[in-house]
Amino acid sequence: MTLLSVSGLTIHRRKRTILRDVSFSVGPGELIGLIGANGAGKTTLMRAVLGLLPAAGTSSLAALPQTARAQQAAWMPQAREVAWPVSVERLVALGRLPHLGTGQPIGTADRAAIESAIANMGLEPFRHRTATNLSGGELARVLIARTLAQDTPLVLADEPIAGLDPAHQIQTMRLFAGLAAAGRSAIVSIHDLGLAARHCTRLILLGEGRLVADGAPGDVLTPDNLTEHFNITAHFDRTAAGPIFQPLDVVRME
Amino acid sequence: MTRLMLILSGIVLALGAGALVIGPANAPYWDSLSALFVDDGTPLTLVMREIRLPRAILALAIGASLGMAGAAMQGYLRNPLADPGLIGVSSSAALGAVLAIQTGLAAAFAFGLPLAALAGAVLGVLLVLALAGPRGASITLILAGIVVSALAGALTSLVLNLSPNPFAASEIVFWMMGSLADRSMDHVWLALPLIGLGLVLLATLARGLEALTLGEDAAQALGVNLTRLRLTLVVGTAAVVGASTAVAGTIGFVGLVVPHLLRPFVGARPGALLWASALGGAAMLLAADILVRVVLPTKDLKLGVVTALVGAPLFLHLIYKTRRQMA
Repeated sequence: MTLLSVSGLTIHRRKRTILRDVSFSVGPGELIGLIGANGAGKTTLMRAVLGLLPAAGTSSLAALPQTARAQQAAWMPQAREVAWPVSVERLVALGRLPHLGTGQPIGTADRAAIESAIANMGLEPFRHRTATNLSGGELARVLIARTLAQDTPLVLADEPIAGLDPAHQIQTMRLFAGLAAAGRSAIVSIHDLGLAARHCTRLILLGEGRLVADGAPGDVLTPDNLTEHFNITAHFDRTAAGPIFQPLDVVRME
Repeated sequence: MTRLMLILSGIVLALGAGALVIGPANAPYWDSLSALFVDDGTPLTLVMREIRLPRAILALAIGASLGMAGAAMQGYLRNPLADPGLIGVSSSAALGAVLAIQTGLAAAFAFGLPLAALAGAVLGVLLVLALAGPRGASITLILAGIVVSALAGALTSLVLNLSPNPFAASEIVFWMMGSLADRSMDHVWLALPLIGLGLVLLATLARGLEALTLGEDAAQALGVNLTRLRLTLVVGTAAVVGASTAVAGTIGFVGLVVPHLLRPFVGARPGALLWASALGGAAMLLAADILVRVVLPTKDLKLGVVTALVGAPLFLHLIYKTRRQMA
């Protein structure tokens, strides 16, 4: 069973080709790290996969009707936008919208999904706080909880751990890994290659307007790929404490 | 939540009753109310049914329209400073009315003015939709609205500027201040269907506006069709504001202040704010229309003047409160 299949996806914006001929598929139980330098097209790819951007080629998600898609995949955009001073609880509850008919009130199943999302992100003490008064990292956790409350087989998150403290970064990656272990899947764009190497089951590397590599972290984070697409050298080791990846130096850019 | 609805409904009912029994005829309150329901053959029944009832119904419907349209516009643009006039419908309706007064159409035919205003509103909204394009971000809608408002405002000024007749010019100026005086049941029948349709359209936006709290991208991924939402918003707003302006002139500040005032009471939820603002708007306009009759009964004080006089200080207070919260 595949949760998502993308084939030959090509995205043009303002006459520039951002990504060309991207194909991959996502099965259940995967935590996929989407990596690449700034401007490699990570956000663009995720938005096109969701059907939020026009693209040539096919994405099984983009082909779905809007409500069905919202029940299949949750999306956490990079911009941490909250327009109104609503409570944390209300904000998390917005994730249940695709499961509710027009005018249908929140039911027991919805309540359970909201509670588990709040508990999973450690938001119990914030429940009644006003979302717009939270710190950036706290707000990020609330928005992740909102995405989890949508309770979809697939979660796409754009830099979900940017701005979190180390403990919450690890906790969030573990949470996504937990989703994968439970048979759901997540695609997260991420700049911290160390965390990506430790927690992701698979990495997809974007560079030069295409999908460069797709596979296990050890197969993607090769010295050649790092030099060519990130301009860095790094130390990568498998230890008893798990894989350890540490960027070392910048390769002179010509 | 339901408590707020009960309180607001109670206020609206009380003010509605007040609007029916307060007036220059100075009849006892109970006699007035009974004359409304039972035709006792006195002029009081005529006063109640032909003068006060249409006036109260229009205040209620137009207030609800402006309140709900304001809440919808603020929710869609995610900006507490948005107001229903933003998409240019009230200015283009006003232009239609001004042309009707200037050309004598308003005098020649009883419904010349409201129909011309409605025609202006329809043209204005079509122009806004054409300029904003079928899809796209909210910013294009704001820009299109500004263009149409500015154009309609300039043409209105041009008509006043070139008006050879000082009486028409003063009539135009007074009409633009907004009023509910001397409106008949015919005005009610003209405006009510459009206002009803618009309110129903706007009420369907609740869910989409809730999702928009998270931004356009996230809302779309939550299954909200933004293209349809924007079209419903524009058509709904155009219907209620166009009909309101056509029968009552331009009444400002209600759509801006009421949602702002009620937002804290609904936990800032843009969906719940829709009906709350409809009730709040109805209450504010009923109260303003009572004030008009009580404060200067002989001077024909204009409704739009009162809402602005009450609304501006209220808004200043809100800005001051916001500033303190920011500090």
